[in-house]
Amino acid sequence: MLYFDHCASTPPHKEVIRTLAEVMEHHYANPSSLHKPGAEANKLIERAREQAAALFGVKAEEWIFTSGGTESNNLAIKGAARQYRSRGNHLVTTGIEHASVYEAFRQLEREGFRVTYVPAGPGGHVSPERIREACTDDTILVSVMHVNNEVGAVQPIAEIGRWLRSRPKTLFHVDGVQSVGKLPVSLKEWGIDLFSISAHKLQGPKGVGLLYVREDVRLDPLFSGGQHERGLRAGTQNVPAIVAAAKALRLAIESQPLRLERMTRLRERLVRQLQAIPELVVNGDASSGEMAPHIVHFSYPGMKPEVIVHMLEQNGVVVSTKSACSSKDDRPSRVLLAMGLPHDRAASGVRISFGDEHTEQDIDKLAAIIRTTVDTLKPLERKGGGQA
Amino acid sequence: MIYDRIILRLGEITVKGRNRGRFEKRLLEQVVEALKSFPRAKATATYGRIYVELNGEAYEPIRDRLKDVFGLSSFSPAKRADSELESIRDAALAIMRSYPDVPRTFKVTVKRAWKQFPHTSHEMNHLVGAHVLRATPNLKVDVHRPDVELHVDIQPEGTYLYCEAVPGAGGFPYGTNGKAILLLSGGIDSPVAGWMAMRKGLELEAVHFHSYPFTSEQAKDKVVELARRLAYYGGGSLKLHLVPFTDIQTALVRFNKEHLLITLMRRAMLRIAERIADRRKAGAIVTGDSLGQVASQTLGSMNVIGRTTSLPLLRPLVMMDKLEIIRMAERIGTYETSILPYEDCCTLFQPKSPSTNPNLNVVERIESSMPELDGMIAAAVDGTETIAVEYGSGGKVGDLEESWF
Repeated sequence: MLYFDHCASTPPHKEVIRTLAEVMEHHYANPSSLHKPGAEANKLIERAREQAAALFGVKAEEWIFTSGGTESNNLAIKGAARQYRSRGNHLVTTGIEHASVYEAFRQLEREGFRVTYVPAGPGGHVSPERIREACTDDTILVSVMHVNNEVGAVQPIAEIGRWLRSRPKTLFHVDGVQSVGKLPVSLKEWGIDLFSISAHKLQGPKGVGLLYVREDVRLDPLFSGGQHERGLRAGTQNVPAIVAAAKALRLAIESQPLRLERMTRLRERLVRQLQAIPELVVNGDASSGEMAPHIVHFSYPGMKPEVIVHMLEQNGVVVSTKSACSSKDDRPSRVLLAMGLPHDRAASGVRISFGDEHTEQDIDKLAAIIRTTVDTLKPLERKGGGQA
Repeated sequence: MIYDRIILRLGEITVKGRNRGRFEKRLLEQVVEALKSFPRAKATATYGRIYVELNGEAYEPIRDRLKDVFGLSSFSPAKRADSELESIRDAALAIMRSYPDVPRTFKVTVKRAWKQFPHTSHEMNHLVGAHVLRATPNLKVDVHRPDVELHVDIQPEGTYLYCEAVPGAGGFPYGTNGKAILLLSGGIDSPVAGWMAMRKGLELEAVHFHSYPFTSEQAKDKVVELARRLAYYGGGSLKLHLVPFTDIQTALVRFNKEHLLITLMRRAMLRIAERIADRRKAGAIVTGDSLGQVASQTLGSMNVIGRTTSLPLLRPLVMMDKLEIIRMAERIGTYETSILPYEDCCTLFQPKSPSTNPNLNVVERIESSMPELDGMIAAAVDGTETIAVEYGSGGKVGDLEESWF
């Protein structure tokens, strides 16, 4: 099987699996306990935190561990909005965010916040200009993802962050779930206040994530309970997963420059071959901004994407329709619609995302299988609307 | 970044006559150690100065690191040019243009250490200044209060141009003034005392008294953490002697002279520290005492406690206010650790009304009525566990744990 769904989840690194198992075996005590085994477990968490801090050039106290990307995003967004409500009632995000960001904002709208959803251009990129225009004196939070999880467009975080610097009362949250390990990230330089990471997207374990909370930023916690994680996230820490996540993070970031170079070549190779298939449209436009190196997204207008996914799987290739967190929902992709794509393209998207194990041969094989799949499906195309 | 190197100026050691060479060598070692995490940066010494070539390393983190190296009076980010007029002029202009908000006034100060250079300093002031002025129309010369003063230092091997001088930590290079033992409690004061002693060139080894199980494992970790921070200032490594104090403390508590308990404990601690100092060939004991701060730090208590040892007792904080000490602790990065809420052996069994003016005769009589005390002190010294605390490592960790990260 060729697994091309790294954006949904990645095969954990062998070293991560060993770390997870060994820490689980040796350090079962509660890290908040007073006794020695507890103190040792706590020490491991603190070391993991220091490692995350060193990798990003920030302070250890600025990282908190969560249960994953969804919790990091929820805590950042709801926590900041509710904490700073007295400063203003307006929030800005984009129309192409992951469900865990988008739905958090929808919930805040029901709580009475005003939210502006800035759309992306047809290439998948949100313009910093549009973000600037959306901000008012009342804006307390701007949330923009670094890499879009469907089409892979890299958003102009540095530019938005630099501008937001002149607005100290507006916090800047960035969902970095799809970018860490693939692209360089400069939290300080880009003026980021809150940054979400998920471990299982970078060959770490599921059920653990990180949230960067710049010092001086306060959040209204989601959970009531003990004073874990600076009081921001009650609940006994998942020690083995946290240590394994710190390892995965180090492995991912240390090899990031090499990965970027290698994957960029693979991506170009795949895009070239897909562009040669006239039935398909490759989404995301490198001319309107940078594209993430590990994601290729295409539409087959007139074809239900589930059919393509199932056909490809029969041929030994695993890919996905939109985001895994929304893939069981068969309406057209909200993200593609927010990019202004027509209905038939938005309803027929297929995402290919790859990892370190893939070679040029794998890419060629994948392209060939897509080619024959399209040939097989062609007689079944439903032209004109493509509404399934 | 326009600058390609840093010029480091030596502090008090320039007055040190015959020892100067040794001091300079030691300082260079300290700078090299401090730059260990910046592998491309390269430090070299010339007479009275050290140059750090950045070789592509970012300046700001190196600046922050160098601020903590003792023995430096100041340093300047600089740009090198060939000692030749055109090259110097280009570099001067590049520097003046590198300011994000172009300054309004400036002045050029030329020092011609290389006397073979064809133009005098005075001529160079004009030659460089005029060149910059021509190319940056909004800039004016102000020789009295310029926004920017551009220094041009002409040496035979090259010319160095710089504008700012960052103040260094001052003092003497670590370890050039002998060795002392620091009593490290885990509180706010003793790490600050240690830092001040280190700044004066004293090499330190720390002694900590623990009363497990009355004090916790975390209390010990806290002290290791403080020692680690001090190691950062002292060449990356610091020896920490952990003295088991439980038996002595419980014996003194049982003696039931509550108001003299702290006095008796402090005297026992000093005896132990003196023996460790002997073993480690240290010539002084450094404490965090600050006059009048607590009962054991009144003049009367200092007298009775201090008589225990014949070694010099150095008390860098003795005349400082608590708030000043706290500010220093924050600055040197020990405060957050010091305020962690773990009991140390001094807060334990703390008497309700300790004596502020203990009577030496009474204290000595009590001690002589405890014949077992000497043996217990010797046992504590023998039972002392010594660990080398490294800055930048997680301390003593097993290979297994290491492999998890």
